[in-house]
Amino acid sequence: MKRRLLELAHARSGDKGDTANVGLIARKPEFYPVLVKEVTAARVARHFKGMITGPVERFELPNLKALNFLLHGALDGGGTISLKTDAQGKVFSTALLRMEIDVTRRKRK
Amino acid sequence: MKTVRIAAGQGFWGDWLEAPYRQVTDRGTPIDYLMMDYLAEVTMSILQKQKTRDPAVGYATDFVTQMERILPTVVERGIKVTANAGGVNPRACAAAVAAVARKLGLGGKVTIGIVTGDDLLGRLDGLIARGHDLKNLDTGRALRDVRDTVLSANAYLGAAPVAAALQRGAQIVITGRVTDTGLTLAPMMHAFGWSADAWDLIAAGTVAGHIIECGAQASGGNCLDRWDSIPDLANVGYPIVEAREDGTFDIVKHPGTGGRIDVACVTEQLVYEMGDPREYITPDGVADFTTIKLAQAGKDRVRVSGVKGKAATDKLKVSIAYFYGYKAIGTLVYAWPDALAKARAADRILRQRLDQLGLRFEAIHTEFLGATATHGSLALADIDPDQIPEVQLRIGVRARDKAPVDRFTREIAPLILNGPPSVTGFAGGRPKPEEIVAYWPALIDKRMVEPSVELVAA
Repeated sequence: MKRRLLELAHARSGDKGDTANVGLIARKPEFYPVLVKEVTAARVARHFKGMITGPVERFELPNLKALNFLLHGALDGGGTISLKTDAQGKVFSTALLRMEIDVTRRKRK
Repeated sequence: MKTVRIAAGQGFWGDWLEAPYRQVTDRGTPIDYLMMDYLAEVTMSILQKQKTRDPAVGYATDFVTQMERILPTVVERGIKVTANAGGVNPRACAAAVAAVARKLGLGGKVTIGIVTGDDLLGRLDGLIARGHDLKNLDTGRALRDVRDTVLSANAYLGAAPVAAALQRGAQIVITGRVTDTGLTLAPMMHAFGWSADAWDLIAAGTVAGHIIECGAQASGGNCLDRWDSIPDLANVGYPIVEAREDGTFDIVKHPGTGGRIDVACVTEQLVYEMGDPREYITPDGVADFTTIKLAQAGKDRVRVSGVKGKAATDKLKVSIAYFYGYKAIGTLVYAWPDALAKARAADRILRQRLDQLGLRFEAIHTEFLGATATHGSLALADIDPDQIPEVQLRIGVRARDKAPVDRFTREIAPLILNGPPSVTGFAGGRPKPEEIVAYWPALIDKRMVEPSVELVAA
């Protein structure tokens, strides 16, 4: 079964230079292992294909049931140089939440 | 156990003007400290420009206006204030606050601490000559490549000099480029006598600072989780750290205020602008965000514990601003039918004209607001693009020279009469070229920077 990340997680994003960060937070603790398994750096890089020019890094925060993604080359130079509306990467968070992931094996009654 | 309450008053220069007043006057949770963060990355260059024109300015003037409003309460209740409102001219800022104190009849009752030593602008050539390359952390280029265009250069100072000012009896501490987190950590170091190498405690105070440094972002503002049930954001209560000397702390707000403090919202703030969570580096130490434990300890009360830290590095980050070039952004609005297709056609036509004029830009960036501006092609996956009711075409250009940017600003309006139909929204007139002041992050050997503390009486 496929579910949209928005149902399983919430998120906040921000910037550091030309890099956007997206913190992805499980809405329930039991969703966290699903996020760890499905929302890999490679998957996120594919999701944002054409929107970012650099690689994607992922960090795990099991204590917060959260993953942190760094999307490099996401902000057209970032800061004041950027010509983007979202020059500070504020809504990459919800763009990530559009992703659909397979939760078949984690399906609960 | 001893506790102190540190309240967030401003998350950035331009934040809600009512917040500091409410934080100090509300009696629900009496506060000991008010922390106000004013400095974003390019703020220093704006202030430096102002100071070049007038040596008496170059600080966050809003802070002085705020102090005029809250100083009587601050003095009456013995609340201490930490603020990096000093910008590139902390002494002038302190003098302005002292003048306000005297005007309010509080002369002799307020001691102001001033923290300086962050400003490296006058020392840059000497530092470069002595082999400090100040390489751009993102690109690796040495600063000498853009030396002639540098407008400001400030090292990020930590909590230590702010704590020293409090120790010496300052009630209001005004600083230049002190880290946002340092403004919250310093009161804890001072109140609890934490030593500068108690790394877990330093990390805990740093995490507290990170949570409240963006104001209401920790108390329901910009919170995505169940956002539509967050109560009374019109009267949002800004966060308050209720800190204990063992390094644990609660995030709370004044009772009866709006907003929400829960684990979900605090977690969102913890991951905001996060890099490697195991290494949150400040001048004071290195915090490991993977050790933080959060628990809901009551209504609008989140308990934070377990924070571990490591020793500070031997470097300080330096925030350098330099003149980069020019940019301009023009917009037009296209209406149904085929709003997106018309906007795309207008973009193609405009780009062809710019090309025919032989104009050279470093970048031309087109967005279609209402369609793909924020989420790119992901946004079109589930909708019929032909049915979008309206689209704002937004085209930006960037160049090192002003001339092509100027010419670009004259190419938008003609499209209304000589481009695709159903177009409007040009009421603002021709776009204005803007100067770009860019940010150059670098590192410097900590021994090259000597923070300095002085006290003045109002």
